[in-house]
Amino acid sequence: MGSISVTVNGTVHTSEVEPRLLLVHYLREVLDLTGTHVGCDTTSCGACTVILNGAAVKSCTLFAVQADGGKIMTIEGLANNGELHPLQEGFWEKHGLQCGYCTPGMIMSAYDLLQRNPDPSEQEIRNGLSGNLCRCTGYHNIIKSVQFAAEKMRS
Amino acid sequence: MTTSAFEYHAPTSVSDAVQLLAQHGENAKLLAGGHSLVPLMKLRLARPEVLIDLGKIESMAYIREQGDGLAIGAMTTQTQLETSDLVKSRAPMLAEAAGMVADPQVRNVGTIGGSLAHADPAGDLPAVVVALAAKLVTSSTGDHRTIEADDFFVDLLTTDLRPTEILSEISIPGLPPHTGTAYAKFGNKASHYAVVGVAAVVTVGADGVCQSARIGVTGAGPKAVGAASAEDALTGSNLDDSAISAAAGLAGDGITDFNEDVHASAEYRAHLVTVYAARAIRAAASRAS
Repeated sequence: MGSISVTVNGTVHTSEVEPRLLLVHYLREVLDLTGTHVGCDTTSCGACTVILNGAAVKSCTLFAVQADGGKIMTIEGLANNGELHPLQEGFWEKHGLQCGYCTPGMIMSAYDLLQRNPDPSEQEIRNGLSGNLCRCTGYHNIIKSVQFAAEKMRS
Repeated sequence: MTTSAFEYHAPTSVSDAVQLLAQHGENAKLLAGGHSLVPLMKLRLARPEVLIDLGKIESMAYIREQGDGLAIGAMTTQTQLETSDLVKSRAPMLAEAAGMVADPQVRNVGTIGGSLAHADPAGDLPAVVVALAAKLVTSSTGDHRTIEADDFFVDLLTTDLRPTEILSEISIPGLPPHTGTAYAKFGNKASHYAVVGVAAVVTVGADGVCQSARIGVTGAGPKAVGAASAEDALTGSNLDDSAISAAAGLAGDGITDFNEDVHASAEYRAHLVTVYAARAIRAAASRAS
């Protein structure tokens, strides 16, 4: 066991963890932040995407110890005092989800994209979300959701 | 999936890392971005007793001018390569290929050193460093070694690195004037791994004649290789369609054992090499002026 200290959604957590504990399991099972999902568990589907030190990462392919000293944002950290983030609002308004399983990862990847590129083209959105799989919507409404958020965040 | 248990070390300097590696030897694996190693550990195909995480060594991530070329720290991520103005201007093919690796989340974590040292036969960057004639610099408790990219890849997932060595820097020579580069690949639809990828560097004289060419091929065989026959055929040619087709047809000549798996037969891979070599050469030639 080793001690790690991470800041998750603005709160510092210090925990004793086994080195082989994956970051996604640390978030879900130790910190009880179950908004981050385990999908494929093989670095393909992106359901486990969180923001680590400013960049989107797949938390099923990182050990929690690798995040020691880092800053993490999960889907739970997006809304501000109950007010939905424009991305969350966009997925609501544009029906960007059906079952919702991929949604937290989609939103965190889109968050990373819009940080780097506030006015992406449709193709840039598709490329930005190429590490996230959705089996319900066929992606069209997800693209519209991100376009909605990008426009709202620019205004 | 859970990996087997391991002892974890996170050194903050290269000297501490090489000491740990010397101490633990073959029981240890180095962890760079881990996006090749961790999946293997989750499947228990790799069960290292000790993991030495290079992720906390800030001095291993850099992109610097070196003469008219570049010196790149092994822990530089693919996203950093893809977005670096310095890489785009001095080794544009490296930025292009880095941007074609996997997906944005993987590129945010995956590193150039990890990709090269892992030597996955379907990795993109091995073909690029072969075509760019990069030199790979190692660190250990002994001397530094410099290994030519051509000699670095030995076999499937096997490099010339010794058990006590860390790949620490990738040194990329400057490109001559009137040189174009391009990387073209046929990627797997889910993983984006290269079923076949071809990197081309083409230098063109004022008369339109090809003065020199270097070609690297990945995905086709057990390791990334140069394509000497195609390079020879291209050099001295006028780079018209028939010259490019003839040279591209030779790009798989040095590969005797084409990979064969669920993604592509050996015969199909051999065909893809000629197609993607032609695309890479044509794009490189068009960028050379």
